[in-house]
Amino acid sequence: MADKHKHVDDISGVETTGHEWDGIRELNNPIPRWWVYTFYATIVWAIGHAIAYPSWPLLTESTKGLLGYSSRAVVTAELANAKAAQAGNAERIASSPIEDIMADPELKQFAISAGASAFKVNCAPCHGSGAAGGKGFPNLNDNDWLWGGNPKEIYQTIAHGIRYDGDEETRVSEMPAFADMLTPDEMRATAAYVLSLTATPSNPALVELGKQLFADNCASCHGADAKGSREVGAPNLADAIWLKGEGEQAITDQMRSPKHGVMPGWVNRVGDPVVKDLAIFVHSLGGGE
Amino acid sequence: MKHTVEIVVLAIGAFLALAGAGFAQDRLFGAHMWVLFFILLAGTLMLMRRVDFRPAAAGHPNRQTEYFDEVVKYGVIATVFWGVVGFLVGVIVALQLAFPDLNVQPWFNFGRMRPLHTSAVIFAFGGNALIATSFYVVQRTSRARLFGGDLGWFVFWGYQLFIVLAATGYLLGITQAREYAEPEWYVDLWLTIVWVAYLLTFLGTILKRKEPHIYVANWFYVAFIVTIAMLHIVNNLAVPVSFLGSKSYSAFAGVQDALTQWWYGHNAVGFFLTAGFLAMMYYFIPKQVNRPVYSYRLSIIHFWALIFMYIWAGPHHLHYTALPDWAQTLGMVFSVMLWMPSWGGMINGLMTLSGAWDKIRTDPVVRMMVMAVAFYGMATFEGPIMSIKTVNSLSHYTDWTIGHVHSGALGWNGLITFGAIYYLVPKLWNRERLYSLQLVNWHFWLATLGIVVYAAAMWVAGIQQGLMWREYDDQGFLVYSFAESVAAMFPYYVMRAAGGGLFLTGALIMAFNVTMTILGRVRKEAAAFDAEPLSAAE
Repeated sequence: MADKHKHVDDISGVETTGHEWDGIRELNNPIPRWWVYTFYATIVWAIGHAIAYPSWPLLTESTKGLLGYSSRAVVTAELANAKAAQAGNAERIASSPIEDIMADPELKQFAISAGASAFKVNCAPCHGSGAAGGKGFPNLNDNDWLWGGNPKEIYQTIAHGIRYDGDEETRVSEMPAFADMLTPDEMRATAAYVLSLTATPSNPALVELGKQLFADNCASCHGADAKGSREVGAPNLADAIWLKGEGEQAITDQMRSPKHGVMPGWVNRVGDPVVKDLAIFVHSLGGGE
Repeated sequence: MKHTVEIVVLAIGAFLALAGAGFAQDRLFGAHMWVLFFILLAGTLMLMRRVDFRPAAAGHPNRQTEYFDEVVKYGVIATVFWGVVGFLVGVIVALQLAFPDLNVQPWFNFGRMRPLHTSAVIFAFGGNALIATSFYVVQRTSRARLFGGDLGWFVFWGYQLFIVLAATGYLLGITQAREYAEPEWYVDLWLTIVWVAYLLTFLGTILKRKEPHIYVANWFYVAFIVTIAMLHIVNNLAVPVSFLGSKSYSAFAGVQDALTQWWYGHNAVGFFLTAGFLAMMYYFIPKQVNRPVYSYRLSIIHFWALIFMYIWAGPHHLHYTALPDWAQTLGMVFSVMLWMPSWGGMINGLMTLSGAWDKIRTDPVVRMMVMAVAFYGMATFEGPIMSIKTVNSLSHYTDWTIGHVHSGALGWNGLITFGAIYYLVPKLWNRERLYSLQLVNWHFWLATLGIVVYAAAMWVAGIQQGLMWREYDDQGFLVYSFAESVAAMFPYYVMRAAGGGLFLTGALIMAFNVTMTILGRVRKEAAAFDAEPLSAAE
């Protein structure tokens, strides 16, 4: 146990420190050279790095470092570079009417990229990342527009929303509930007629009656030809594209107690230029007019 | 055994908990106090049932000279139990990320299950492993019975109470929202008391040692216990809203709060998961391979270098944030300098096998320990790399970090603990050997494969995430939304859960093997390794 009495490990032939704990001894091997030199190298590198970069806290601020690095300066420069790379496109979009942007291919391409980026963050939660929509949320890839499909109309819809309380210019219309005006049989007949425009209803005998009821009750908004009206956002019922669900039952349900979707207005959230970007992007998806 | 004092204290505690439930300022505190009441009540009743009115027999002649191993046995069982629980919750949260429908509101949603997982594996599994092994190691390397009489029991049961209060608190929704330090102020205070008792027990044993020198494992254990005490107290400084309420406000705000959090968080890794487990390595590897520690000088240098450097590395968790540049630089350079001090432990662990390398082939327990050290080396190399700001700008906030943590936690902390458990169980229960060495081999391969699948999936996932987040189109706009990067992670999350499942399966095999060994069963098996099966002695 005493340090003076040296003990040598039989297998390695290396002297131990002479200590022993519960049978454990310690060889007196030197520290591996490569370990020492690598350790020194990291220390030298660390000192060098600390001289080159801001590192040591002083009383009110820190050492600046020889390279004059500052993460804030880096971010400022990166933002300036990004802006320069946009070649003033963002400013031009902000100051141009939407028709002028559409007429300038370079600016239009820029707006589409900007709109695609903004769409993923703001619109995809409801309309889907591919803008294909879902039940109650319109598909933006097709040419079936509730409120109009040219860039200005799309802009108006995105900017102020639909049935959105927070914006006075929002688009408003509500389909009345027909539960009090039509009997269930009459509603079924009307639904049969609506469906007959694009498919075969379950009971074709109801179609005649339904046609009459449609003319009396529905045509004022959806039009005599059932092709809808963009004035009041009344959907086209003659194109087999169904916003609130497919089939006679869904049509009857919507007649009895209509669901009214709400879309928020975005101009106060993302600003006018981004709404322009979004409108041009949505317009570019395929159904734009 | 009369347990008079213990019964009275527990009963008073139960009464106070009941009063706390009655006068609680908020619903959650009330619920938590009910939990505490039932635990303390059960403890009181269990102790009362054990009261023995016979005159004290002369049954414990060696009570003052024998090693105090009963508490170590409890600790080993607790380690296995909490390990299985922690790994299971880990697999569940991994599946919740892949299949969000598995979130059961409100108690079992990801937000509550995630701290349950991290605390269960770090503090319940790792903490019990550290306490149990430290009690075992310090007695043998000091040739002294554990200091403080029944204080060791207080540390063990007090720590289990902390675990249960923390875990039930998370599920109830009680959290102070500090990562790896989620329990609220009253649970923190309780842990402080337990930890001080732990420190006293450990230091007291060292002070009364019968060896002239303090063994290297004990330096690491002391560093772990002392530093964790400091970290725990500073990080949890807070003002409770009410002394009968579950909410408190931190003493820190803004960037100081963030820095305190990560000073704590990184050193929980450094001193809990590194220093403490290096202590385990320094005892159990030399014992299991029956060879001397490779280099005494290396152990001194790398110990002090590790202790000095680690404490400064925390700011690398806050690169590119509001943290001042100088602090980010220092956090980074200290992390890089940590590379060799960390590897000093790996060298000493691996080179201790020199002269006995064949045991990797013949002894699955040695194999487990060596693989642990290998994962330790990989994780402590990857860490400094990830702390470099340019790398960090890609890796930060991605699953790469999760992969890094798990190659360290499953590989290093997990495997070295399993090795220690396989060493300890036959010794503590006086068995000739483990129930089955072939099952240890199965555990080894399942765990290793699980870790590799896990880490590989997370590397790919993390790098893909980082690249998706920074991809711009030719007009200068981001190509992917965050949600798209989440959707892209699905296959990796499934693979991660599969890797975790393998690791959990291995742990269940260990639980079975340990149980059978404790029951005294020995599985008849051919010597699968062309050497004699390991005997319990050496």
